[in-house]
Amino acid sequence: MTATSTPAPTPGIAFTVNGRGVRAHVDPMRRLSDVLRDDMGLTGTKVGCEAGDCGACTIRLNGRQVEACLVPAAQAEGLTIETVEGLASAEGAPSDLQAAFLAHGAAQCGICTPGMLMAAHSLLIANPEADAAAIRDGIGGVLCRCTGYVKIVEAIAATRDARKAARERAVAPAPTSSALVGADTAVGARLEKVDGLPRVLGTARYGADHRPEGVLAVRAVRSPHARARFEIGDLAPLRTRHPGLVDVFSAADVPGQNRYGVYPTGKDQPALAAGVVRHRGEAVLALVGDEQALAAITDAELPISWAPLTPLRGLDDALADGAATLHENSPGNVLIRGRLATGDVDGALARSVATAQIEVATTFVEHAYIEPEAGFAQRVGDRIELTVSTQAPYMDRDEVALILGIPPTDVRIIPTACGGGFGGKLDLGVHTLIAIAAWRTGRPVRAVWTRPESMAASPKRHPSRIRATAGVDAYGRLTGYRFDGDFDTGAYASWGPTVANRVPVHAMGPYAFDAVLATTRAIYTNSPPAGAFRGFGVPQASIAHEALMDELAARTGTDLLEFRHANALRAGSTTASGQRLEASAGLPACLDALRPHWLRLRADAAAHNAGDDAAARGARRSRRGVGIGAMWYGIGNTALANPSTIEMGVTAEGRVVLFCGAVDIGQGASTVLVQIAADALGVAPGTIELVSGDTDRTADAGKSSASRQTFVSGNAARLAGEDLRRQILLLAEVAGEAALSFGPGVVTAVEPGGRSAVIELAELPTVPVRDREAACVLAGRGTFDPQTTPLDADGQGVPYQTYAFGAQIAEVDVDPQLGTVKVRRIVAAHDVGRAINPTQVEGQIHGGIAQGLGFALMEAYVPGRTENLHDYLIPTVGDMPEIECLLIEDPEPAGPYGAKGVGEPALIPTAPAILGAIHDAVGVRITTLPATPDRVRAAILARG
Amino acid sequence: MAFLRPDRLGDALSALAAGGPGGAPWVIVAGATDHYPARVGRAPVEDVLDVTAIARLRGISPVDGGWQIGALATWTDLVETPLPSLFDGLKAAALTVGGLQIQARGTVVGNVCNASPAADGMPGLLALDAQVELASRGGARIVPIGDFVTGNRRTARRPDELVTSLFVPAPLPGTTVTSAFEKLGSRAYLVISIAMVAAVIEADADGRIARARLAVGACSEVAQRLPALEAELVGRPADAATAELVDARHLADLTPIDDVRGSAAYRREAALTVVRRALERALRAVPG
Repeated sequence: MTATSTPAPTPGIAFTVNGRGVRAHVDPMRRLSDVLRDDMGLTGTKVGCEAGDCGACTIRLNGRQVEACLVPAAQAEGLTIETVEGLASAEGAPSDLQAAFLAHGAAQCGICTPGMLMAAHSLLIANPEADAAAIRDGIGGVLCRCTGYVKIVEAIAATRDARKAARERAVAPAPTSSALVGADTAVGARLEKVDGLPRVLGTARYGADHRPEGVLAVRAVRSPHARARFEIGDLAPLRTRHPGLVDVFSAADVPGQNRYGVYPTGKDQPALAAGVVRHRGEAVLALVGDEQALAAITDAELPISWAPLTPLRGLDDALADGAATLHENSPGNVLIRGRLATGDVDGALARSVATAQIEVATTFVEHAYIEPEAGFAQRVGDRIELTVSTQAPYMDRDEVALILGIPPTDVRIIPTACGGGFGGKLDLGVHTLIAIAAWRTGRPVRAVWTRPESMAASPKRHPSRIRATAGVDAYGRLTGYRFDGDFDTGAYASWGPTVANRVPVHAMGPYAFDAVLATTRAIYTNSPPAGAFRGFGVPQASIAHEALMDELAARTGTDLLEFRHANALRAGSTTASGQRLEASAGLPACLDALRPHWLRLRADAAAHNAGDDAAARGARRSRRGVGIGAMWYGIGNTALANPSTIEMGVTAEGRVVLFCGAVDIGQGASTVLVQIAADALGVAPGTIELVSGDTDRTADAGKSSASRQTFVSGNAARLAGEDLRRQILLLAEVAGEAALSFGPGVVTAVEPGGRSAVIELAELPTVPVRDREAACVLAGRGTFDPQTTPLDADGQGVPYQTYAFGAQIAEVDVDPQLGTVKVRRIVAAHDVGRAINPTQVEGQIHGGIAQGLGFALMEAYVPGRTENLHDYLIPTVGDMPEIECLLIEDPEPAGPYGAKGVGEPALIPTAPAILGAIHDAVGVRITTLPATPDRVRAAILARG
Repeated sequence: MAFLRPDRLGDALSALAAGGPGGAPWVIVAGATDHYPARVGRAPVEDVLDVTAIARLRGISPVDGGWQIGALATWTDLVETPLPSLFDGLKAAALTVGGLQIQARGTVVGNVCNASPAADGMPGLLALDAQVELASRGGARIVPIGDFVTGNRRTARRPDELVTSLFVPAPLPGTTVTSAFEKLGSRAYLVISIAMVAAVIEADADGRIARARLAVGACSEVAQRLPALEAELVGRPADAATAELVDARHLADLTPIDDVRGSAAYRREAALTVVRRALERALRAVPG
């Protein structure tokens, strides 16, 4: 173990880690998490907040779970520490608990997994009989943003039961099998995550886990003002005072273009602000040096003079007459406008027997992935390599090239394990400054954002203000829908243009209207940029259309589910964009599947509420309500090219390799794509090695966003597997049904009749694949680009080739005196086309519900105020309802084996269903989110 | 910056008397669960006196006339120590402090000394009439907890003093004692209170309230007792229906603020409900 640069006390701090005695010569107040990770290399313990809010760094200290980020090194003296690295056997085999996490899909991105495992490990030792409530209490101090905790609780309960059974039989518990479960083909099987084992062992390496030899750190100096002019004075004295400062640079030193942004038309964000800052937390200066030296520099020492300007804090400020213009080319602070028009909406509303209107307001929502942005960059000759946590390696590559002023081919992006993305890692994070710093200094440079820094500087979900009107005719059919939405896009464009294209297409929800007029604007303000967040503006729009469906159903005396069913888009419907849906539009089937649950839960709620009067004073205070929400979601980019290319090769040794540029951000893309490729080639998925994400080794499979990887990259993987299979069959001169097997140096093809052929791979010449070092002798390639057309000025065209559909029921208890809401149950029905891996699909639904619940009830980001995970609340395990998933498989003819996508859909109908359930319970419609207790109570009081 | 981790109280007090080598008072650290969160991304600059090696500050034990909670007793220690029903409310509060990880590290005394308006331990300790025992080179002194915490992040501790323990006096003789705690927040675990209430009821042999002690947290700069309500409760039947007499007058002295967790108006109104419920819970626990 190495000492830090802090003067070390002797004789050091002695303690035991995973059974091994160690002596640490470190600053006694150094956080134990830093000692473990940085000084001892035990990076399995993760750091998410350094404030005891997230639990990612949970370890066992003398048999109790504690957060290592809150333990002074000195206090470890004489104590026993267990970390995730100590759970596996000496040979590296996962423990029963780790195996259960893997088998149950309890680890998605895996960043919370080590902490979750240590909490569960502690719990099961202290309480081997822990029931569900005790399990929740036991892991209540660890936050997970991916799983909705459902499969985590399942995995812990399964381990408990297996241990109990083993105790009773007096044998050691057997690890769970990792074989295929539930299908003959790979597609449809509950295959364990192909990249899951390192995640449960704690050996997966995330953005902050890389510390190459000689690495420097770069620290961004950030604006304390939301809007200001600034000047940077003479930096020489600073450098003299801090000899550990290797480099300092500002906007003028950016080697290439100091303007970037994900859209070709939206390149408005500087890597370092040039003289003016537009949001609090914007970087203005970069300090490069060793970590200790950088930490010792205080803000007061920096020669920056600020001239604060009045900030535009939200839509009203930015749209006011005479408001300052934040970007020269955007008069009135309008970044972009969107429009969809079909039919005569005024006429349609006028001839309606009932119309309803609503105004909705939503606020900034933070991604709150447990892994803050992190990574390092290294200059290799005239090229630069970035090893970073990302959702979009090829987009990163092109943006970094722009900033450095070098060709994109001279940039290599190597994605690390990604500890959660949800859209937030579709923008550049640490990339800009580590790239420039490594380029300038020639040394590797790393950055790990602190939690407050991540929350101040990373993009958010757009706050919105929506006005909508809908009408229904005498036959209960929807007539017209008018939607006008303003979206606060913050200081820079980021993914703001999605407001103009995706939102109008989805504004009216998954229903057939005669006429629609949807207009949107994305407005610049002095807030952090609003970017991509699971759903791109559709969750906000869904609050309005679902409330209006409830209202119109009530006005026409129709059951809420049946009203939606009658008006649902379905195969044969024409959307408001003028696109005819030919197939795989399974909303009616989702609603059919929900109907028995709906009727039962409605009856239960009525019985619960009827009992109120009879109940003893105070014994039962809650009012129960049931609500429903429906959604649709176009898969992939909106009316834009969105191709994925995937290669699949066979090496001379007979290894089968999938070169897959799609990044697994925890959602399971790697596993799903291996399953698809396996069936396409005709091999077991375990045969396939995976090369993932590296832009030097994999072709561009686009970004992990817009629920596109299963559909778009899945098709590319299928085509690659089929291409490779076709070539093998051709070489072997065997029939199409032949079974393939790959042995050392050979491929064997056996026809159903028994005739076989062998290909000697060593005799074949090498064929080129993108990975130059792969030396493949056979290679298949698949490219898929969804068939879409540009939208005209009225939003007419084919924006997506396919859509996901879904509907969810929420059952809630509202405490009318306090305004608190407990979501008891969600029943979720989703048409996924085909569930390639039901465990992963359920995991996406659970996680989407958790985020939708947070959006509905508790999440509100306030710049400068809620930049930590105790003021910004995300759901804990105790906030999660019981969830039942109903998978509807209405196959998409264009999808790989019929599959579509499920990444975003479950989030969308969750909040509408919860808000509808609150309305059902206490008769108030919450239209300003989140529905915090004070808002719900105020609405109840206002109703009288 | 200096760091000191003495194992004798005397050494700690001597250090405190001398002041930190850097010229500022020592920053006292025990569980460090409030120390580090206030220093995210900042280089340490303070002189730190770590008191966790001083063995005599550990433990919770009965003493003459009551109980003593040592300065190093954690929330988990409190939960796991067998204690009479007088402490049920404080134990319930302990289980709402952060997650199990924080409860295992954070100390009850540290919660008091950190003096957050939302300190989960304060209402319960106020309702128990806890006394803060301080030591310095000049001697010991005892301060009622209501006088010890003087404001948001302010206490009556002098820089040369160390809080060594809390003393909780025994209940009135011959009474049946119950206690309860209610916390209102926006999520299930790891939540900072919007409002919270602790109640301690002592009922006489006739089933009447001999003494009622209630305190409200997170609705004023420092948690507050409710003397008017307490006075009105004395002599009333110790059954749940009595909780209905609580009304807004009893909470008139609270000074809640607007913040991200809730509006001032909501806090004031919700506190009334939470007071009723805490009282009701404590009264229900009285064996009838």
